[in-house]
Amino acid sequence: MVPSYVPLSYYLLLSGFLFACGVVGFLIKRNIITIFMSIELMLNGVNLSFVAFAAHWHALAGQVFVFFVMVVAAAEAAVGLAIIIAVYRTRETLNVDQVNLLKL
Amino acid sequence: MNPNLNPNLNLWVIPILPLAGAAINGFLGKKASRAGVTAVALFFSGAAFAWALLVAARFSSLSLPYHEFFAHWIRITGFSADFAFYLDQLSLVMLLVVTGVGFLIHVYSVGYMWDDPSYYRFFSYLNLFMFFMLTLVLAGNYLQMFIGWEGVGLASYLLIGFWFTKDSAASAGKKAFIVNRIGDFGFLIALFLLIKHFGSLNFDQVFGAVVPLPVETADAGLLTAIGILLMVGACGKSAQIPLYVWLPDAMEGPTPVSALIHAATMVTAGVYMVSRSHVIFERAPFALTVVAIIGTLTAFFAATIGIAQTDIKKVLAYSTISQLGYMFMACGVGAFSAGIFHLMTHAFFKGLLFLGAGSVIHAVGGEQDMRKMGGLKSFIPVTFGTMLIATLAIAGVPPLAGFWSKDEILWKAYQVSPVYWGIGVVTAFITSFYMFRLLFMTFFGDYRGAKVDAHGHSSHGHDAHGRGEPHESPMVMLVPLMILALLSLVGGFVGWGNHFENFLAPVFGTAEAVDSASHSTELLLMGVSVAVALFGWWLAYLLYCKRPELPQKIADSLGSLYQTVVHKYYIDELYAAVFVKPLIDGSMRILWQDVDRKIIDAAVNDAGDGAKHVSDEVRHMQSGNIRSYAGWISAGAGVVIALMIWMWTKAR
Repeated sequence: MVPSYVPLSYYLLLSGFLFACGVVGFLIKRNIITIFMSIELMLNGVNLSFVAFAAHWHALAGQVFVFFVMVVAAAEAAVGLAIIIAVYRTRETLNVDQVNLLKL
Repeated sequence: MNPNLNPNLNLWVIPILPLAGAAINGFLGKKASRAGVTAVALFFSGAAFAWALLVAARFSSLSLPYHEFFAHWIRITGFSADFAFYLDQLSLVMLLVVTGVGFLIHVYSVGYMWDDPSYYRFFSYLNLFMFFMLTLVLAGNYLQMFIGWEGVGLASYLLIGFWFTKDSAASAGKKAFIVNRIGDFGFLIALFLLIKHFGSLNFDQVFGAVVPLPVETADAGLLTAIGILLMVGACGKSAQIPLYVWLPDAMEGPTPVSALIHAATMVTAGVYMVSRSHVIFERAPFALTVVAIIGTLTAFFAATIGIAQTDIKKVLAYSTISQLGYMFMACGVGAFSAGIFHLMTHAFFKGLLFLGAGSVIHAVGGEQDMRKMGGLKSFIPVTFGTMLIATLAIAGVPPLAGFWSKDEILWKAYQVSPVYWGIGVVTAFITSFYMFRLLFMTFFGDYRGAKVDAHGHSSHGHDAHGRGEPHESPMVMLVPLMILALLSLVGGFVGWGNHFENFLAPVFGTAEAVDSASHSTELLLMGVSVAVALFGWWLAYLLYCKRPELPQKIADSLGSLYQTVVHKYYIDELYAAVFVKPLIDGSMRILWQDVDRKIIDAAVNDAGDGAKHVSDEVRHMQSGNIRSYAGWISAGAGVVIALMIWMWTKAR
């Protein structure tokens, strides 16, 4: 009996779906925390394709990249949440459409 | 020729001294007292003269020409020029004239400029001029000479425009500078030709390379071209046809400046340069002929203009142009030593005439129009006496200085062509006439001017008329007059028995022995020139002393001819119409209105406006809305992905 496994394309489809969810959420949501979570979703979608390719090609580089992405994501989460709190304190809203002073 | 045989004369000190004086007075003079400025100016110019005298005292023990290396300047492959000094009989004469007459005029200026608010500035410029003039005459190569040449032009510009708040003085300075630039252009091209063909500008190397070349008799060649271009330069600096127009206007400067720069020294730089280059000219007979013709024509032409001028300084200015013409006539007929001789005597008597004129102007409170003078000889006897000596000298009355040098020139010219001699003698007659006219109009008859105040007038203040009589100048002005008068009296005797010519013979070569038959011709010609000088004197006496109503009648009967002469043959108007106006119109209409405003300005402005418009549109992208930014990012990513897919399909 051949060992059962999930083909690569399945992983990639899931990865693409997660990424697309992230993009759409990022574009259409107004709540800054939702947008933030959408970014995380996109990052993890990419991570999934990295590990899928790494397993498929038996190459470790993909998995190393994933660690990097996770470190950056953690740092980004720390900074991003801090910014969100600061924004909420000054503007008393989490709606990004009302945080638009930085324009010409 | 071994330079080690010579003691070190430290020639470099001579030009550096006035430069130091110029720097001290220029930088510190504003706060210093007049006495301090005077002390600095006189000390440094006097020290230069003293050093020159020391050099002259040791001159006979030198092996000539004496070379002195001062510093490296330009050293490139195939060409080098150093700061180096060169002394021979010719530069020694120039050195003594420049420092000697220059020092006397410095002394005179103390009195003349005492009331001027920019006293220190005047002496700073005057010392600066001395520096450049000494650089010019002591230079060991053409390039260093050119520095001096341009530098004296600068000093001349500064001093002509000394009273720069007066519009006419400022424009006269500019005119002198620009006209000189035309001549300098010719000089520069001559230098380029020398570099190209001889690889050097060093006097020794150039002349050493030129000497073996054949005389360009049949057809004009390289040396002729160089000679004529050098002459173009000399025409500018020494105010010869067709570039003489700046010198009469240069009379806007203070009178000591006219005496020093525009009579005694700077304007003779062209004669010096041509004489210094005699090796080139002797091998280019055509260029020499050009020099002679220009000189002869200028001498005659300027003298005729001098007849009808009424401004005392303008008469002297045209007289200077005319006398410079004599010097070039001498160079042109190959009698370089006669030209230098006349240069020296001219420095004495014309310097004296200008200083005397300054003293006259000082006496009558700034008036320069001779029609408003007259009868001054009883008011200012010392000035009158010295002016009389100078007039006799320039008119060529023996045994004064001008007689010897002018006669030497006329005699040499006669040997080449009687035509030069004929024009020269007629010019001598005119010279004698207009100079005695100046003397009679100024000093004889009745005083026709307004009363002037007794002391506190300024020499240039034309509105300084007050009460009182014309008065004699202070001693500080009179002593230089007397010394120059003495030199004008006896200066010609150095030419006795060809002493001066023999002295310069190592530079210019020895003159051929004159046989007795031509010796009697020489005496005859001498008699003729003395006769015309006396005739000019008599005619001036008749017209301006005996029957002062006659000149007006003659002028009326001559009508348009007289008007033409009064208006200097309309040469200034001609130049204005032919050169100046088209240049200004072309600059205004084409270069300014079309090229500058419609092309250059328009291009710059359109570029600026365009950038402004584009960015005005593009700035709306930056809305401050995070989701719109996200949209831009996604769109950009989409474009990149599409591009990659397109390239991927294409690569397959």
